[in-house]
Amino acid sequence: MGTVSLRLARTRARWARLVFPLRAAPVPLGVAPPPARRRLGADYDTAWARRYPARLARAAIVEGVMRPVMAVVADPTRAGVDRLDGLDGPAVFAANHHSHADTPLLMTSIPEPWRHQLVVAAAADYFFASRAGSALSALAIGAVPVERTRVSRDSGDRIAELIGKGWSLLIYPEGGRSPDGWGQEFRGGAAYLAIRCGVPVVPVHVAGTGRILRKGRNLPRRAKTTVTFGTPLAPHSDENARAFNERLEAAVTGLADETATDWWEARRRTRDGSSPNLTGPAGGAWRRAWALGDRDGRTRRRRRRWPEL
Amino acid sequence: MTNGRHPAPRPGFVLDVDRNTPPILFHHGPGFRLEKLPAGRSRVIYPAEPLEGLPDPEAAIRHALLNPLGDSAPLPALLRPGMKLTIAFDDISLPLPPMRRPDIRQRVIEAVLDLAADAGVDDVHLIAALAIHRRMTEDELRHAVGDRVYDAFAPKGLLYNLDAEDPDGMVILGETPHGEDVHFCRRAAESDLVVYVNINLVSMDGGHKSTATGLAGYTGLRHHHNVHTLRNSKSLMDRKNSALHASNWRMGSVIRDAGVKIFQIETTVNNDTFGREGPLALLQKREWEWTGRDRAQFLAMRTGLDVLPSNTRRKIFDTWQAPYQMTSVQAGEVEAVHEVTTDNVYAQQLVPVEGQTDVLTMGLPYICPYNVNSIMNPILVMCLGLGYFFNLYRGRPLVREGGVLVMSHPTPWEFHPVHHPSYIDFFEQVLADTTDPVEIERRYEKQFAEDEWYIHLYRTSYAYHGVHPFYMWYWGSHALEHLGRVIIVGGDPAAVRRLGFQPASTLSDALEMASDVVGPQPTITHMKNPPLLMADVT
Repeated sequence: MGTVSLRLARTRARWARLVFPLRAAPVPLGVAPPPARRRLGADYDTAWARRYPARLARAAIVEGVMRPVMAVVADPTRAGVDRLDGLDGPAVFAANHHSHADTPLLMTSIPEPWRHQLVVAAAADYFFASRAGSALSALAIGAVPVERTRVSRDSGDRIAELIGKGWSLLIYPEGGRSPDGWGQEFRGGAAYLAIRCGVPVVPVHVAGTGRILRKGRNLPRRAKTTVTFGTPLAPHSDENARAFNERLEAAVTGLADETATDWWEARRRTRDGSSPNLTGPAGGAWRRAWALGDRDGRTRRRRRRWPEL
Repeated sequence: MTNGRHPAPRPGFVLDVDRNTPPILFHHGPGFRLEKLPAGRSRVIYPAEPLEGLPDPEAAIRHALLNPLGDSAPLPALLRPGMKLTIAFDDISLPLPPMRRPDIRQRVIEAVLDLAADAGVDDVHLIAALAIHRRMTEDELRHAVGDRVYDAFAPKGLLYNLDAEDPDGMVILGETPHGEDVHFCRRAAESDLVVYVNINLVSMDGGHKSTATGLAGYTGLRHHHNVHTLRNSKSLMDRKNSALHASNWRMGSVIRDAGVKIFQIETTVNNDTFGREGPLALLQKREWEWTGRDRAQFLAMRTGLDVLPSNTRRKIFDTWQAPYQMTSVQAGEVEAVHEVTTDNVYAQQLVPVEGQTDVLTMGLPYICPYNVNSIMNPILVMCLGLGYFFNLYRGRPLVREGGVLVMSHPTPWEFHPVHHPSYIDFFEQVLADTTDPVEIERRYEKQFAEDEWYIHLYRTSYAYHGVHPFYMWYWGSHALEHLGRVIIVGGDPAAVRRLGFQPASTLSDALEMASDVVGPQPTITHMKNPPLLMADVT
């Protein structure tokens, strides 16, 4: 033990004897040190994850790991894929967000040719907080960091550049997973990017993933899920991001209704403006939880010991 | 000229066979034959290449609904809250083979329902207009109308097959000046608007026939599905010279006069039956354009099919779905719409042919309108050859009067017991007695048509109506009257003889046998069908 400490001390002493330029020059006293270069969060460079070796690895992860896992855990039903028939070129897929299971489910549901040239907008403060986490997110899901806690144009510029190069984008306009099982208001990012890049937005509704791994849970459990793709929406010539975002939110709301009832019922309610709201009723937390019933999977029905008479 | 997607499609043409002409591909049920035709006196009619489909079918459908033809108002103007809307659509017999998803019917029905929802229409029924065909299964309905429409309507009993034997569900709307009863679906008759969604695969389809036949039962059909009418339909693919269509048009007038408002939506598809790429693409290429890969593929396919049992072969072919593309869509008043539709069908299928021939040859494929997901029994072989392919002409038949028809098909003595129960009895009892259509009609039709067991199977199982095999036989009655002999190459001899035809092992044998009727060195014309063509014979 003593021998090891001695060796370490000698090595340190040798390094200490090295002088500039063999070692970095110390910051002079009284001078402010230069700011440390940020390599995480929104500044994480994900370009490596879009080169062919990484794409190949990601395709293997999606097809070899995510697909069988999702088949077992999520038992997905995929509807409305035929609505993408006329879609050509890159698109923005905008989905509601309940769970970490949404991304693997959508990555295995979005059809070719978009599936394997897809980037996922991921929260810079969450997915890119550590080097290992950043690398894993970029490799496994093709994540690109998006600032959600401060206003920045950098994320938008980077994603717009990727869309311009033919990459499609999966984005959750709600900005994060649902905290209580109900949807959240859509932020304008998806609509803004679609208008800026001149690409259509595909509204997508995901149902059932909240039961698999809702926010706050660490262990997944099995549940049936449904992914419903809507008709791609193109921004009108005079439409601004706010109006387009409202149309997108209405489309996802219609898809949620379609999943819960049927296409005709949902179509008629869309026309009447009476589609059930994604964000749930206003009011206190308990009232929202009450209205949710057992749809979030938190409550478990008690098994009856005796048949009802 | 190209459109950027495919080279400009070449029209159909007639090839004169010489010594250098390669053997020609003949369809032979669920298999194929390569046949060398005699040089110097044979010709082959090739179909046109597939026309380009509409680049944006949804937009085209919407445009058609908003800009109707004839004296019809745009569809949104015909829809209002509180009205009764019935959407009727073509059944499993169209298109052939079934097309890949999304089916045209799904696209059109969704567009119609979109407008209906915008107008606040609540009372909507969707009816598969199958007349006396077999009922469609859930899978078949889902394929036709799509899962969204099926899931929205079928569980509530609002999407269903027509039951033309339901005494409460059918009504007589009146009589034509020729004394023909107009039998019609009661729900459609009582609706404020009937929207008919059609796929016009051949020029016989569509027009008033969609509703006057598709939404009728035996009571109405017997007036035009009979030997007299069909012998006077020359041909039944040429509406203006077809007694069958004249009768349907008369019935259409009665339906209109009875106050039934019909908004007709007709669509046409291109000739892309086997795909421009893929395992069957070579079936729509001209033989001299087969690449080395095509030839190897053909040999492998033929060898493989030869060793497989017939059931397996049939199942393999049944999985094929055609990549048809919609070439036109028009909507509005029935007759105005149908005129344009027929022109669009002709634009794809019509091939000019000069003069008739002594011997007409044709290779019959594995499918006809009545054996989708089923067995092509000998009666359907007769109907496909003599009823459909023989009638694919305008002007004069391809073969001269007293000429010979040579068809290639295995013609197995096999029947689907669920789909075709009355066919079995027709084959065993009626054809064993006589093959004369007039005699058959006079002595047997009523008995089969009114048989309670067949009616029960039609209504509750998936059986064609008891009278359906008769109509198949009548369908070929014009050809039977016109031809001197019918020969089937490669068919089951017993089944072929039961049909009243002659069996031959090879095409050479068949041509030798034909010369007994038409004399030595006859002229021969081969109709290379499918992809579909229609001969414009001058």
